[in-house]
Amino acid sequence: MKSFWALLHRDVTLAIREGGAIGTALGFFLVVVSLMPLGLGPDLNLLSRIAAGILWIALLLAALLSLNRIFEADHEDGTLDVLATGPLPLELVTAAKSLAHWVTTGIPLAIMAPVLGILLNLDLAAYPVLVATTLVGTPAVSFLGAIGAALTMKTRRGGLLLALIVLPLYVPTLIFGISAVSAGAGPAGIGASFLILAAISLVTIVLGPLAAAAALKVQLQ
Amino acid sequence: MQTLTQRLANPTRFMELSARLLPWISAAAAILLAVGLYLAFFASPADYQQGETVRIMYIHVPCAWLSMMVYGLIALSSFGLLVFRHPLADVSAKAAAPLGAAFTFLALLTGSLWGKPMWGTYWVWDARLTSVLILFFLYLGLIALRSALEDEGAAAKLTAILALVGVTILPIIKFSVDWWNTLHQPSTDFTSTVDPSMRLPLLVMAIAFTLLFFAMHLKAMRNEILRRRVKALRTQAVAGRDRLATQGAAE
Repeated sequence: MKSFWALLHRDVTLAIREGGAIGTALGFFLVVVSLMPLGLGPDLNLLSRIAAGILWIALLLAALLSLNRIFEADHEDGTLDVLATGPLPLELVTAAKSLAHWVTTGIPLAIMAPVLGILLNLDLAAYPVLVATTLVGTPAVSFLGAIGAALTMKTRRGGLLLALIVLPLYVPTLIFGISAVSAGAGPAGIGASFLILAAISLVTIVLGPLAAAAALKVQLQ
Repeated sequence: MQTLTQRLANPTRFMELSARLLPWISAAAAILLAVGLYLAFFASPADYQQGETVRIMYIHVPCAWLSMMVYGLIALSSFGLLVFRHPLADVSAKAAAPLGAAFTFLALLTGSLWGKPMWGTYWVWDARLTSVLILFFLYLGLIALRSALEDEGAAAKLTAILALVGVTILPIIKFSVDWWNTLHQPSTDFTSTVDPSMRLPLLVMAIAFTLLFFAMHLKAMRNEILRRRVKALRTQAVAGRDRLATQGAAE
């Protein structure tokens, strides 16, 4: 367990010291969200109605941009081979790396989402729910993304392929993330959609590392 | 005592068996398809409400059914590859993916053509339609991932992992019409909701399409096995030539 935390600490530290990766994802998030009113027209009522959907989609795209970072650099400099032969089971290695991705990408994006909500005239009542759903939903984004990153690690020009593989897997998260926000803004409060979103995250946290580790084992043979 | 799957694990035996089975399955598929098309387009009545467009159903429903069954077959083959290391499992999964993608595309296309006169629109973002579209993307992902990897052994296992991860979509599609109250009608079970005059052609078409798929699947599997043999022979020939060359250089 100690080496699990050490690996997590290392990945988080690397991402922070590098800086660029987190900045790129956040910058992309900002740019996509600010393009939306330009494309759809500045009608504040319309924007406020579709704000949750825009934020979620932009968040997924921004996260997608950073997925290949999970394994690629460590594969290129050989760290991944060392980790695979080390004492920590590969499943925990992938879990630590997915968790590090969530900490360094998912959480910043989730924190930034309500700030960008201002740009889209998001209803004030929806803010707590939006923060809650993005925080609860982004683990699924990182852990499902790790599967895609592990599958496409060795392919050249893996970016487009990664999107094709991962986006279908993101659809349930997206649907329940958005329906949780729109349900939460109403009088009923956070409801079944939020619980389903939490369930999706929990299932992917358990099963994602297994699938990603299985893919890495094939890649590292 | 060998089980059937163990006996079939030998590609040579599979080639013999499939060569014997293929003409029968193809013939049965062709005959049933002809009978089914006749029943569907000439012998069955037009719907009192939908008129002649109801005949799209006889293509649409079998395609939709196959789009899910083929993914199930791919998932099963992937499981067979990863757990039992069955040598034919990957051949089966690889051969089925483009076929499944084609049937899914046909289901979406015919559904959209049927939707225009019935619902007034080619496409709605309805739960059933959307989940089938995602299934189509999954098929494309499987095909793209396999073609992006050069090492065939690794490609087989990685696509198998992706197929098993994606299998969660199947229950979502199956129950989407029951869980969400949407435009798409609930699934027709063959026992009660459809009038006998339409149930028979639909049943014949469903069986015909299934046989058609299995005929194409077997043929594609045979092609894949032959392709792998040719590749193995080529590698052997090149290796042999290299060995001769190095021997010649040493002498």
